[in-house]
Amino acid sequence: MNNVKDKYNHLIMHIVLLSYTLICIFPVYLLVNNSFKKRRAIFKEPLSLPTEETFSLVGFTKMFSRVDFSIYFFNSTFVTLTTLFLVLLFGAMAAWALSEYKFKGNTMLGLYLAFGIMLPIKLGTVSILQLLSSMNLVNTLTGLVIVYTAQSLPLAIWILTEFMKQVNQELKEAARCDGVNEYQLFFYIILPLMRPPLATVAVFTMVPVWNDLWWPLVLAPSGGKQTVILGMQQYIGQYVTNWNAVFASLSTALIPILIFYMIFSRQLIRSITSGAVK
Amino acid sequence: MKKRFPYHILVFLFPACFIYTLFMIFPLFDTIRISLFTQNLMGENMDNSSNIRAFIGLRNYYDLFTNENWSWHFWNALKNNTYFFLLHVSIQTPIGLLIAAFLSSKDLKFKHTYRTLIFLPAMMSIVIVGYLFNLILSNLWGIPQTILGVVGLEHLYQPWLGLKGPALITISLISIWQFVGIPMMLFYAALLNIPDEILDAAKIDGSGPMTTFWFVKFPLILPTVGLMVILTYVGNYNAFDLIFAMKSLYAGPEYSTDLMGTFFYRTFFGFQMQLGNPTMGATVASTTFGIILLGVLIYLFAFQQRVTRYQY
Repeated sequence: MNNVKDKYNHLIMHIVLLSYTLICIFPVYLLVNNSFKKRRAIFKEPLSLPTEETFSLVGFTKMFSRVDFSIYFFNSTFVTLTTLFLVLLFGAMAAWALSEYKFKGNTMLGLYLAFGIMLPIKLGTVSILQLLSSMNLVNTLTGLVIVYTAQSLPLAIWILTEFMKQVNQELKEAARCDGVNEYQLFFYIILPLMRPPLATVAVFTMVPVWNDLWWPLVLAPSGGKQTVILGMQQYIGQYVTNWNAVFASLSTALIPILIFYMIFSRQLIRSITSGAVK
Repeated sequence: MKKRFPYHILVFLFPACFIYTLFMIFPLFDTIRISLFTQNLMGENMDNSSNIRAFIGLRNYYDLFTNENWSWHFWNALKNNTYFFLLHVSIQTPIGLLIAAFLSSKDLKFKHTYRTLIFLPAMMSIVIVGYLFNLILSNLWGIPQTILGVVGLEHLYQPWLGLKGPALITISLISIWQFVGIPMMLFYAALLNIPDEILDAAKIDGSGPMTTFWFVKFPLILPTVGLMVILTYVGNYNAFDLIFAMKSLYAGPEYSTDLMGTFFYRTFFGFQMQLGNPTMGATVASTTFGIILLGVLIYLFAFQQRVTRYQY
């Protein structure tokens, strides 16, 4: 009897989960699907897949003829990867110092650095803009990288500190006995051990940076320094009425994230559920 | 033997501390300082701005809260933002909890597929989501009419985004749709961490699934629920992208979808006839900072200290 009840429960759960999953992916389906269709088909049969008759890349050709999205892609990629590199390097270094060495104010410094997890850097915009313009970094990719690095460091340090505390004590002592200095210990022994948490931090750093609108809008709104998201936003602002082009540009901005998510979703979800973020 | 000063600790700490302090902590407090100054209204020169500002104490705050030019927009944005947050907490949290509870039940098939797809929207740029829903809800395209038509409720359709009351609710629902995956994941992780012995013990004591959930599991994951609420709070009072993409800076109709983020942007950079006003922008940002800090402090002292934490 219990078994029947369990099956019945599972059926209800599947119905609820399946319906909610459909709600989640339906808009994404609409977007990607319709960006490959002719204008008439978009309006006439928005739900159906493109057929031989309705398939068309006119939106993409139109979009690429007007704007050079490859520049925006370069900008986004450069900003995201440089930020990632700096956050992983500096974050791991600071996390190592906090977790390994006993020094005065260690706990206070840890709290000070963790403070930034809860505080949105956006609220410092007025001052950051002044600061960066006094350093001539407005409308440069460097300005974006600096702000994103500052914004991503607190969470990175916090996650990495938790993991570095768990590194085997004997391993470190053994290395030190062999005459390895502290820098070699960190770069050649600790960092390679930290690959899984570094991957977690990488995902948490890259996605918000790639998706961000605020800082490109404030710091690099013109002069070919736009990111993909801002470039798309400006493009759509001008061509709202061309549905093909709007769909194509939204898809273009979305597809890199979709691919990224397809590759890393398992790892991302595993790292969230394994308690990397508590 | 005297130990050598441990320079390596400084080397390890310096880069992160330097960038974080100079570009995050300093600007947050410098913004508060700027908010105490007034502005030469002939236009701000960002390069040597310090020369043309005069100290006026808390005058900007007084203006923001009471002067008609500012106060209507400020209280309006604050009210909308609070509404936006309350909708998130009261809808997003239960949905996330329900899905997580279902996903955490043993030997349920397709778990991975469900959670991967439900989390997908949270990975998307808010700007893309905003434009996408502008299209979906557009009168021209007619997607909601078609869907409502299937179940015979076509007459329920209204141009929600254009109506003063429903616009903010619709936008909140879109934001909830996008981010439901985050509470789902956090709750799911917390539920997985509950040891089997506790659940077995409950079962032996004759507790059914509902009783077990509400009286055993829920109290155990309450700290995570609290964390989620405060994360939502910080995120919501900071929201900007969705309104900007869907409604631009007009935050229409009649500013009914204006949030602190859009109000801040308009104040700082100016909009239409209104000149940009950095010091007033700093005042808005500092006020938002205060609101967020207040929430975080309430969470830390009133909630986190009192809620019982169980060590497994």
